Amino acid sequence: MAEAMIVFENVTKRYQGGQPAVDALSMSIDKGAITVFVGPSGCGKTTSLRMINRMVEPSSGTITVAGRNVSQEPAARLRRSMGYVMQSSGLMPHRSVLDNIATVPRLNGVPKAAARKRAAELLDVVGLAPVLGKRYPSQLSGGQQQRVGVARALAADPPVLLMDEPFSAVDPVVRDELQQELLRLQRELAKTIVFVTHDIDEATVLGDKVAVFAVGGKLAQYAAPEEILRAPANDFVASFVGRDRGFRHLAFNAADAVRLHPVKMVQSAERTVADGGPGEWALVVDADGRPLGWSSPRDGTGLVPGGSLFHRGDTLRRALDAALSSPSGLGVAVDDDGRVAGVLKAAEVLALIEETRQNREERP
Amino acid sequence: MGWFLANSGHVFDLAGQHLVLAILPMVFGLLISIPLAQFARQNSTLRSVVVTATSLLYTIPSLALFIILPSILATRILDPLNVVVALTIYAVALLVRAALDAFDSVDDDLRQAAVAMGYKPAARFVQIDLPLSLPVLFAGLRVVSVSNISLVSVAALLGIGNLGMLFTSGLQRDFVTEVVVGIIAILVLAVVMDAVLVLLERLLTPWSRASTKPAGGASA
Amino acid sequence: MSNIFTDTFAWLADPQQWSGSSGIAVRLAEHLQYTALVMLIASAIAVPIGLYVGHTGRGRVAVVAVAGALRALPTLGLLTLFVLLAGIGLMPPVWALVILTVPPLLAGTYAGVSSVDRNVVDAARAMGMTELQVLFRAEVPNGLQVMSGGFRTGILQVIATVSVVAYINLGGLGRYLFDGLVLSDFPQMLGGSLLIAGLAIAVDLILALFQRLFLSPGASAKPDRSQPAAVDLTDPVTAEAVVQGGTS
Repeated sequence: MAEAMIVFENVTKRYQGGQPAVDALSMSIDKGAITVFVGPSGCGKTTSLRMINRMVEPSSGTITVAGRNVSQEPAARLRRSMGYVMQSSGLMPHRSVLDNIATVPRLNGVPKAAARKRAAELLDVVGLAPVLGKRYPSQLSGGQQQRVGVARALAADPPVLLMDEPFSAVDPVVRDELQQELLRLQRELAKTIVFVTHDIDEATVLGDKVAVFAVGGKLAQYAAPEEILRAPANDFVASFVGRDRGFRHLAFNAADAVRLHPVKMVQSAERTVADGGPGEWALVVDADGRPLGWSSPRDGTGLVPGGSLFHRGDTLRRALDAALSSPSGLGVAVDDDGRVAGVLKAAEVLALIEETRQNREERP
Repeated sequence: MGWFLANSGHVFDLAGQHLVLAILPMVFGLLISIPLAQFARQNSTLRSVVVTATSLLYTIPSLALFIILPSILATRILDPLNVVVALTIYAVALLVRAALDAFDSVDDDLRQAAVAMGYKPAARFVQIDLPLSLPVLFAGLRVVSVSNISLVSVAALLGIGNLGMLFTSGLQRDFVTEVVVGIIAILVLAVVMDAVLVLLERLLTPWSRASTKPAGGASA
Repeated sequence: MSNIFTDTFAWLADPQQWSGSSGIAVRLAEHLQYTALVMLIASAIAVPIGLYVGHTGRGRVAVVAVAGALRALPTLGLLTLFVLLAGIGLMPPVWALVILTVPPLLAGTYAGVSSVDRNVVDAARAMGMTELQVLFRAEVPNGLQVMSGGFRTGILQVIATVSVVAYINLGGLGRYLFDGLVLSDFPQMLGGSLLIAGLAIAVDLILALFQRLFLSPGASAKPDRSQPAAVDLTDPVTAEAVVQGGTS
């Protein structure tokens, strides 16, 4: 059992006589892990997050962080001990990016020069170019602003990071990038992160553990994401997790055992009309053996765009998608250098899925 | 109170003159600023020229403007026309801005829809843009109304008849009651004018009342 | 008619008019002194209250109501009332002007603080700023643009109203208007009016320049139009409209 960092004990938040926003919440959040609060709007997930650093005061119950009751700590000091990232970056428009990142160290009395030096390092940590440090927030893209927001939260090296829908206002491609970046950072930093989102996909991608909240501020299920997709605790969780949960659950099973087959390959430079040959798809590769697309058996002249690629170590979900998205029905597997390692077939991936399921059932 | 009753005829006379001097510039201001705003919307240069010019004129204190205008208009200094023109200038400065904001506030999708349905530009402006701009325009008009009613009194310093005369004569005669009556009369005028404008707006924009009242008692 | 302009020009160009105890230089200095005095007192009253109301949101309704009611109050009426009640001298008209100037400054300060993106304020608090730090490190620097809009409006209004003050035997550039009126000296009146208009425009331009030079380029970047502010007080006419309505 992991060590608990943040503990909610019977916490209720009621706004002026209305229905409770958070209702008798008791849960324990693991140290050094990412815990995701997910749920529809009005489920109290953000309120719960904001009670941790006393941005919202609970009506009853206690919250402890590292064993200390937060209501006993002066609010300002408590907040400085935790990083906070919000949906709109919340950056100070009148301060440069560097000075924004340096905010909390400056509040803690770190001299300006030292704080800026640290800020410059953090700029690099979150993957931003040093030139951006002198810009104002309004001169950055949404994704860049969120990165600065993360850097600012990390500036005082707090053990706890609170993230309130930090990636929900950026476009899907950037969101995906930021999620991967966060996971990379977390591997190095091992902070205790509480992350709020309304997107179950984001929750399952990021969370070591996921807490699903139901409307009315009740905790519906609190478990590893794999378990939430495989075995939703009740109808609410099942419907919230959504229709594709069976498919999405495949993302938690490694596809190491999938069989790779050889494939007919042609170098793009040597391509001729006949390559496709009668009845056979050919994979077009560049000089280094990296896939470029497919050559059709019916009409060998055109280059048909390929599907998603399967990398070594990927999950069953990726394997199946590689096969299903390929025009030839053959999923292209590549090695670490991006060279074609072989192809996989959808039917075989499905067989592997069934095998995995049976193994799980046989296990106690 | 006794003084007011004894002189009510005089006060009402002055109030009438006051009202005319305050309302005429509103009417002229509206007639000038709506086409001007529509014209200024053509491009951003035109827009900034109009906005800068009107706000520069707006900076000139009214008393100075009352005196500068006769030499431009070739009027006498006592001519009420100076007051009407000066206040029209201020009204235009405020209303052009309000009208620009108002036209900007009209949903562009709606405008596209109107064009798609076959409205010609003029018809579209009169039937779509203008009615939907009314709330913002009225907000501007209410400001102009209050400010005009207060500003007119300054013209009394030059001897132009209005409620401000009660201040100048009260000061000369060292008679506080007259000044207080003047202040109250002006406040009453301002409140009445504001109420009239609110009423007028309601009559002209029946749909905005419909939308502020939710149909059901649904709560969040 | 034709010689009014030449007469006025002659009056303005006459070195005699510029020197001496009732010369233009002295009148200008008086005008600016009254203006500064009124602004000082009015700011001392309005800014703290505006900051408090803007930061806490308490008393918002009262501030808007008072500012609205005072908007309808005729300047000249208040001025004469104060003089009749408190006598001739510097302070009665100054207090009358203060009463008229507090609302735009108060509303401007309040609007400035509350114009700051609530997310920025929320983030400031979440990072562990104390309430005073939130006010002075997040709200004031970012609201300064709007606040200075209210300030510009206030100064313009005071410059305008100070011209009226001459009517009750005080100095300032307004003297030329009333002295000229009594003497039917139109060139003097027109000259005085041009000076007042020039002063107002010059002060406004200087303030606009200050605004541009001394406000953080980040904070004065184009406001985000996707999230429209209730009022754009950075622009004097709009600010005027919202805050008070009308010069005198």
